[in-house]
Amino acid sequence: MQQTRTVELGTGLFVFLGLAALFFLTTQTTGSGMGRVETYSVTARFDNIGGLTGRAPVTMAGVTIGRVEKIALDPDRLDAVVTLKIDRRFDQIPEDSEASILTAGLLGGNYIGIGAGGSMDALRDGDEIYITQSALVLESLISRFLFSQSEDQSDEDND
Amino acid sequence: MGLLGELGATLASFLRTLGSMAIFLGRLIAYTPAGLMRFRLVVHQVHNTGALSLVIIMLSGFFVGMVLALQGFDLLARFNSENVLGGATALALIKELGPVITALLFAGRAGTALASEIGLMKATDQLSAMEMMAVDPMRRVVLPRFLGGIIAMPLLVAVFTAIGIFGAWTIGVALMGVDPGVFWSQMQSLVSMDDVREGIFKSVVFGVTASLVAVYEGYTAWPTAEGVGRATTRTVVITAVAVLILDYMITAALL
Repeated sequence: MQQTRTVELGTGLFVFLGLAALFFLTTQTTGSGMGRVETYSVTARFDNIGGLTGRAPVTMAGVTIGRVEKIALDPDRLDAVVTLKIDRRFDQIPEDSEASILTAGLLGGNYIGIGAGGSMDALRDGDEIYITQSALVLESLISRFLFSQSEDQSDEDND
Repeated sequence: MGLLGELGATLASFLRTLGSMAIFLGRLIAYTPAGLMRFRLVVHQVHNTGALSLVIIMLSGFFVGMVLALQGFDLLARFNSENVLGGATALALIKELGPVITALLFAGRAGTALASEIGLMKATDQLSAMEMMAVDPMRRVVLPRFLGGIIAMPLLVAVFTAIGIFGAWTIGVALMGVDPGVFWSQMQSLVSMDDVREGIFKSVVFGVTASLVAVYEGYTAWPTAEGVGRATTRTVVITAVAVLILDYMITAALL
């Protein structure tokens, strides 16, 4: 009898510890921030999303207010349609706000920064952000720089 | 010809083992509903395989977490990105090291005990005695041990991983001076619920694998001292290889 109770106590302790560890892993180590938070979706079109990926943060004034939910290519207009999920608490974003794809640090991941507009009407679920700025692609930046260099060069040659 | 014949014989015996193990698993699954009714037996085995493995699991988890943080810090410091230490160690522990190392330790600590216990019961004719009393040793001896292992494994993996993260915290934050806030916030932004789910899925698969191999090897052991010894060795070897192969396949499938 005594032995059975020790076994039960040990097993109970073990199961309790295991479940506590499981609880810790699921709640404390994961980005639970947007897990069960009420959100609303808006879309934005970009000519080029660069290295933007799903679950990338959406920030406003540097504060994360949501995440990228879906990235798709519009087969007709051949541009990228990005669906953003934004926390319900931030439902005062002016509808003429600007969304731009930015890079965190030199080699960091891409994220979407939203710059506030001036409209009195706020973005609603399903709305589209019309003013967007695509990602800066390093290669095109360099080629533009080289082109302008060579144009300067030829201008000087003509003089 | 001799070499080729030997190769063929090895392949045939491998396939035969695989097949009889699959049939064994099928029988165990068929008995499971009835086995769960006698839950006291299963609880006893959860104690044997799980609770008694707790100390070695916690100790190993803590040291694995610490060495991971130490190596990770050294590597990340070269790229000036010590800040992601928390996320990197947590991801490694949750997705890979937690399930795999726990399964290997489980094979060594609990699997060998199961195999030798059942093997010895067979060698000392206890299983035949049960059969004579119309008690099916599959249901009375093998099934509770199998189910106990399956229940214990995910819990052990969770404990291992959680302790490992604290081990990483000890080295990273307390010793190396990574900012504690950054350590946790980087972890939370890097680790997603899918990663935790992958870890849990792996731990369940490894639990079934390790328990199945242990009870199968014990049950099919030659009823001699040598046979029981061989069964224990085979348990560890087969579990380790199977877990590592399964780990690769699950990771490749989920990535």
